[in-house]
Amino acid sequence: MRTVPVACLTIVAEAVVEARLLRDLETAGVRGWTVTSGQGRGTSHIDASDWEGANVRIETLLSTTAADRVLAMLSQEYFPRFAVVAWVTPAQVVRGDKFL
Amino acid sequence: MQAALDTVTSPAVLAFLLGVLAALLRSDVRLPDAVHTALSSYLLLAIGLKGGAGLRQAGVGEVALPVLAAVALGIVTPMLAWVVLRALTRLSPVDRAAVTAHYGSTSLVTFTAAVALLDSRGDAYEPYAATLLAVLEVPGILVGLLLAGGAAAAAGAGRAEAVREVLTGRSIMLLTGGLAIGALATPSSYDTVAPLFVTLFPGVLVLFLLDLGVLAGRRLRDVPAAGPGLVVAAVVIPVVNGSLGVLVGTAVGLSPGGAGLLGVLTGSASYIAAPAAVRLALPQANPAYYLTTSLGVTFPFNLVLGIPLYFALARALG
Repeated sequence: MRTVPVACLTIVAEAVVEARLLRDLETAGVRGWTVTSGQGRGTSHIDASDWEGANVRIETLLSTTAADRVLAMLSQEYFPRFAVVAWVTPAQVVRGDKFL
Repeated sequence: MQAALDTVTSPAVLAFLLGVLAALLRSDVRLPDAVHTALSSYLLLAIGLKGGAGLRQAGVGEVALPVLAAVALGIVTPMLAWVVLRALTRLSPVDRAAVTAHYGSTSLVTFTAAVALLDSRGDAYEPYAATLLAVLEVPGILVGLLLAGGAAAAAGAGRAEAVREVLTGRSIMLLTGGLAIGALATPSSYDTVAPLFVTLFPGVLVLFLLDLGVLAGRRLRDVPAAGPGLVVAAVVIPVVNGSLGVLVGTAVGLSPGGAGLLGVLTGSASYIAAPAAVRLALPQANPAYYLTTSLGVTFPFNLVLGIPLYFALARALG
């Protein structure tokens, strides 16, 4: 099958910022995502979210330029303040126009 | 003394202490997150329904003055907390504001435990008291965030987000929604849901406090890091604000039970609505300070000593 290269952006964040983060992703032009909740521990040792669920993991497929744009936004708005990590991995998809 | 003993030997408080002990022994007794969320929703709705049913019986004239008093207390008590924190700790202005917001707001579970205690003793109190809980929940958080002032100017956008979070958060929605449902429902239709929301209530509270004990016990490990000044402040603030609540409650004509409950409300610290709001509005504040004080020190203090103290003061004044 013919596949198209896209970027898979994964963001793991403390649950309290989930709503705000998803709004910012939408503003940045991201059209779809999957959110799962999980548990973990990070270098910031911030455990403010006993009441809000532990962590959320947000995954989305998008173009490399869009992923760069989101990473720049995260670097400015989130990394200095909140417990958030993000990474980009290459992915191959069919129906490339759905994500680009 | 007997009142303190009654409080400590209630199943709810003993379950809380069991949770604390389990956390200290690193035993795994926590309820699943989803169950915890469901139980807290149940408690919020049940307290709201009960208060709403009380509201229906009371006239507007009877409720107006206590509600105004609660609003005033919601503004004054965080300021007192701010002053005590400045005198006793060396927290940065942002950390101090974050802790202040927690003491300005109030604790559903502390209130619930106090109501359960009054019910078990058959003591009278104003049935609409939960209305005061809903009124007190919000202003204190706002005052705390305003006190952060210039130090948190950078987080201006976060403040609006935090206000939205408080107003649309689960605790305010379910509590005010419950009050409205309770006030609108006819007595006979209320009776049909009473077995779930009234009869089972004390038992569910025991289960919830067990889980809360584990969370508080985990916070207890952070107490040494918070420093002695902050721990002392976490006991002084509830006594000061709680006593003020009892005084004001008595002055506006509440019964000793009702004035004691107002003291419990002003003397308790939030750990549901406030942490989420503060985390969004003041992300630079250290959560270890505000969660350790509100959940690790003040909540257990109030549960065991604060509640009997406020009721004793209310009876002495009433």
